[in-house]
Amino acid sequence: MLNFIADRWEQVLFSSWQHFSLVVQCVVLASVIAVVLAALVYRNGALASVANAVSAVGLTIPSFALIGILIVPFGFGVVPAVIVITFFAALPVLRNAVVGLSGVNPALVESARGVGMGRMKTLLRIELPLAWPVILAGVRVSAQMVMGVAAIAAFALGPGLGGFIFSGLARLGGANSLSSVVTGVVAVIILALILDLGFIGLGRLTISRGIRV
Amino acid sequence: MSNTIATSSKGTYREGSTSDSGAGILIDRVTKRYPGQKAPAVDGITLEIPAGKTVMFVGPSGCGKTTTLKMINRLIEPSEGRIILGDDDVTDIDGDELRRRIGYVVQSGGLFPHMSVAKNIGLVPKMLGWDKQRISARVDELLELVSLDPATYRDRYPKELSGGQQQRVGVARALAADPPVLLMDEPFGAVDPITRQRLQDELIHIQSELHKTIVCVTHDFDEAVKLGDWIVVFSERAEIVQYDTPERILAEPANEFVEGFIGSCAGLKQLTLSRVGDVGLLEGITARPGDPVREVIPRMERAGEHRVVVLDGRDRPIQWLSRRQLSRINVLDGVTDPKLPVVGNRATLNDALDTMLVCGEGAALVTGPRDKFLGVIDVETVMRAITAIRQQVARSVPADTPVGINTGSVPTTASGARL
Repeated sequence: MLNFIADRWEQVLFSSWQHFSLVVQCVVLASVIAVVLAALVYRNGALASVANAVSAVGLTIPSFALIGILIVPFGFGVVPAVIVITFFAALPVLRNAVVGLSGVNPALVESARGVGMGRMKTLLRIELPLAWPVILAGVRVSAQMVMGVAAIAAFALGPGLGGFIFSGLARLGGANSLSSVVTGVVAVIILALILDLGFIGLGRLTISRGIRV
Repeated sequence: MSNTIATSSKGTYREGSTSDSGAGILIDRVTKRYPGQKAPAVDGITLEIPAGKTVMFVGPSGCGKTTTLKMINRLIEPSEGRIILGDDDVTDIDGDELRRRIGYVVQSGGLFPHMSVAKNIGLVPKMLGWDKQRISARVDELLELVSLDPATYRDRYPKELSGGQQQRVGVARALAADPPVLLMDEPFGAVDPITRQRLQDELIHIQSELHKTIVCVTHDFDEAVKLGDWIVVFSERAEIVQYDTPERILAEPANEFVEGFIGSCAGLKQLTLSRVGDVGLLEGITARPGDPVREVIPRMERAGEHRVVVLDGRDRPIQWLSRRQLSRINVLDGVTDPKLPVVGNRATLNDALDTMLVCGEGAALVTGPRDKFLGVIDVETVMRAITAIRQQVARSVPADTPVGINTGSVPTTASGARL
């Protein structure tokens, strides 16, 4: 096992980095998309319900099936992997952003309008900062979730640690097959922990002391 | 009609009106209809608000008083009619621009919890493009004005303040860009009675320094009498039942509706018309922290007093010590007694009695602007004043009554009909 890792140390590091980078980029992209969507729909009760329904139903789609389907139009490689990961990452953020934005005290929104803030300014200076702890919690959940989902990117021959897992599973019983799977899984877990620590730090930096619990 | 309005809104209301920084407001035949509702929420209201005066809107809930208030800064857009601020018709200008020119205070301050006190107060100046130093100086000035120590409170967050302090910051924020008009929507509804009374006293002091035009919505008639130069009593659909001075509304309610609103003890309500500062105050013996007790006691004996008021560096009362308490110490300390019975000099006799009862004292300390100690009021003084008031209730009609009517309303219910 240790020999397996020592022999492929460079490859493990490289794949881990690619995995991490893939997840972070997709989560950032997904968060931006989800927050913009939430900002568009949260004022409208019907649209907000649709958004909530989509985020609930979307999570039930098997990621494996989705990436399989996407290989048809987009071919193998990075593109289908990015689409699938971003899709799944966006769902928890969307849900939390809608909940967070609708949870902002209407009196404060009116207060913001009352001191002469426009719609956009109210959203950026008041509503988003107040909803931010809830949104960030969603981003954290989504980052944890897609760490796992990203492993199946290997199915589409995408980057990341999925390669260790898939190749190990494909020749289960063969030499080093188990070590390969375990290496992939453990590396994914370690990356998830590191990323989570990063989010705790981000929360410290970006959540105002006035609304921290 | 329009002629009358034009001449009477030129600030002739206040003696020595040169220092007025307020602007008059004219609500001209304004109606608000909501889609899907047959009856308008506000029906053709015409209301003149004199510059530099405090006008209170009172009425039962759902009577349209808040809607009328919010149409002044166009948080609610009027369906018909014009809003004129000072000499400008502001009905069609950019709403956000307009609201930066009008202070707005809501219940419990409406402070933004993720911003520090300084950020909250500096919000409007920042939007108006002031530079950092000017904003920071203004923030400190305003905190002083609302009796909060800038060094202590500037960097706090709203959750670290009491309800009363939040409300003070809310007032400071509304005053930040020195707007001529201040709109207040049930500002003191969410605080306890004693804090409310202090905040009211402070608002009166601030107003006596700044002379803003204040429009304030309340459901508390006592508050309206205490704070208002003029009171508008509304019934359904913002129909103006009476627009008059507090004295006249108490002495001559326009009809049963107003009588019912004033409450049954209208005679005793006159108590809310007399201010603590208008009855004779006792001087009281004062001392400073650090004074030795053996020097203070002879002064008390000479004056025949039983208690001594300890003042801090800014003449604010911090302790009120009896002979017995003095006998236990050698030197006066600078600790503030939180349970001190204090009333502002513009507080009503009602408030003074309240404070004495709550604090279990036979007298109370009277403070002026910025909590400066003025004197002592005792229960005998209040009693004498009550007797005097009850003997002279008849009053004369004040000149220059501002206009307030609803189009098509019955003339007898509109005080404007007298003009």
